Amino acid sequence: MCACGAIRGQPRETVGSTSPQDAEAIQVLDLTKYYDDPSAGSGQALLAVDHISFTVPQGQVFGFLGPNGAGKTTTIRMLTGLTRPTEGSACILGYDLATEITRIKKAIGVVPETSNLYDELSARDNLVFMGQLYGVPRQERGERADALLQRFRLWEKRNTPFAKLSKGMKRALTVAAALVHQPQLVFLDEPTTGLDILSARSLRALIRQLREEGVTVFLTTHYLEEAERLCDQVALIVKGRLVALDTVEGLKARVRGRAAVEVTVGPRAGERLSFTAEDVATALRLALAEAKQQGRPVLSVRTVGPTLEDAFIELTGLSAEVMLVEKGGR
Amino acid sequence: MWRDDLRGIFYIALKDLRAYYLKPPNISWGMLFPFALILAFALRQPGEMRDLVPGLLGMTVLFGTTSMEAIVITFERRIGALERLMLAPVSLPALLLGKVVGGMAFGLVTTVAVLAVAVAVLGLWGINWPLLALALVLSAAAFSALGAFVSVAVREVFEAQTLANFFRFPMVFLCGVFVPLASMPPALRLLARFLPLTYTVEALRGALSGATFWIAGADLLALGGFAVILFALAARILTTRLD
Repeated sequence: MCACGAIRGQPRETVGSTSPQDAEAIQVLDLTKYYDDPSAGSGQALLAVDHISFTVPQGQVFGFLGPNGAGKTTTIRMLTGLTRPTEGSACILGYDLATEITRIKKAIGVVPETSNLYDELSARDNLVFMGQLYGVPRQERGERADALLQRFRLWEKRNTPFAKLSKGMKRALTVAAALVHQPQLVFLDEPTTGLDILSARSLRALIRQLREEGVTVFLTTHYLEEAERLCDQVALIVKGRLVALDTVEGLKARVRGRAAVEVTVGPRAGERLSFTAEDVATALRLALAEAKQQGRPVLSVRTVGPTLEDAFIELTGLSAEVMLVEKGGR
Repeated sequence: MWRDDLRGIFYIALKDLRAYYLKPPNISWGMLFPFALILAFALRQPGEMRDLVPGLLGMTVLFGTTSMEAIVITFERRIGALERLMLAPVSLPALLLGKVVGGMAFGLVTTVAVLAVAVAVLGLWGINWPLLALALVLSAAAFSALGAFVSVAVREVFEAQTLANFFRFPMVFLCGVFVPLASMPPALRLLARFLPLTYTVEALRGALSGATFWIAGADLLALGGFAVILFALAARILTTRLD
């Protein structure tokens, strides 16, 4: 059992004064989920999440990375009360997941993978409805909805039905809906998938801003670059098991000692060849040989340190393309 | 916690009414169906309209509550919007009750419109109004719970309509709407006792003829029982989907 501590859900404004910065927003112990597997015959169960344990300190952006089907969404669904764990326990903001789910739901915000607000309601009415469900005082609902509409640059669309918003606007409004009740902890499931570059950038800025405000962010993404830019800690999950859990720098340090060279080749500028080797000279020789073999001029050369992508490949044994190909990439 | 649930029930029902039920096409369709039925019977058997009023009111509340509700819940499940409600600090039974209350409200609005026309056109007198109101509310609760049960038991919108019709159409013919129960074979009379519309028609017939609460007491109890059992079944199915 998790020892659910005394970080009990406080209004966001008081988090700093009542909880130490290094307090744990999420404690997970041996969390496990089996699903019935109809394709495997009666009595067969599919192991979706396999005895994972981790903690997320308060105020951090925690990245939960893995390929499609690795167990990311199932983990989020368990931690937000949408599905019951088969085994294991968890404490969210000091509340026991098994017995205090309503309290947990009051203190967290969730942005699911799909933008699932109400098509028939306007942008503003959707936010007000969320305020009503979460018990935001009547006089504050409208003010908070208006503030969020302005913050997400949706003010001009406040009276537009959700169904008629663009995909990026729907995503932004879904994120806004998760913030109406000012949660201490926000779960973001693939928040930038399918967004255009500007919308994705704006959402990343928001995540940084939430972090500055002391909000803990639990982020699943298949964009390794995004996780590298945003996350304080990263957990890698493959086939339901945690294969690594560390800071971004800590993960990168595990593959240090390997050097990478990136060569931009012509004739059209912009195409890059990357090679990793034990030392820069070997990597450079490999890159130049490849460019020569392709008969393409070398436009520029730069050495690069190990990335989260390198760490992912090294630690999971998968290729980074697995993440992009399965999600359609961008 | 109960405050969270009460708040959830109220706002979920209100949202459903605003987002789905009270849209002009739904209101007009909700009214059109019973009035088309009344017109058909008025042309066919003008002299027997008074006898048919309890059955027509029963059918109106049955179709008014179940038709839209089964679609609304299944549709929201399909697009993930129901999951949005499940993320809120509201218990699953309270969430479902909010849906049921929304369906009840719509069914009662359409039934009251039909009742008003029936009273005005046929000049019905001596109605036990409190009994009539209680019979309609309990019937709406039972049928709305049936709509919830149907919608959580299936995955697709068309499956919800098919399953709802599996319950609704036998009820129309077996529950004394068109043919009095007394004139049916014993086996069918027994079967009718397991269908809620039977008790709706009996209670409404009693109320419209000025009967006392005591006479319709068993019908009211039966309707309350159907509402509780069907709601409990629906809540149970929804809860097991968390596993």
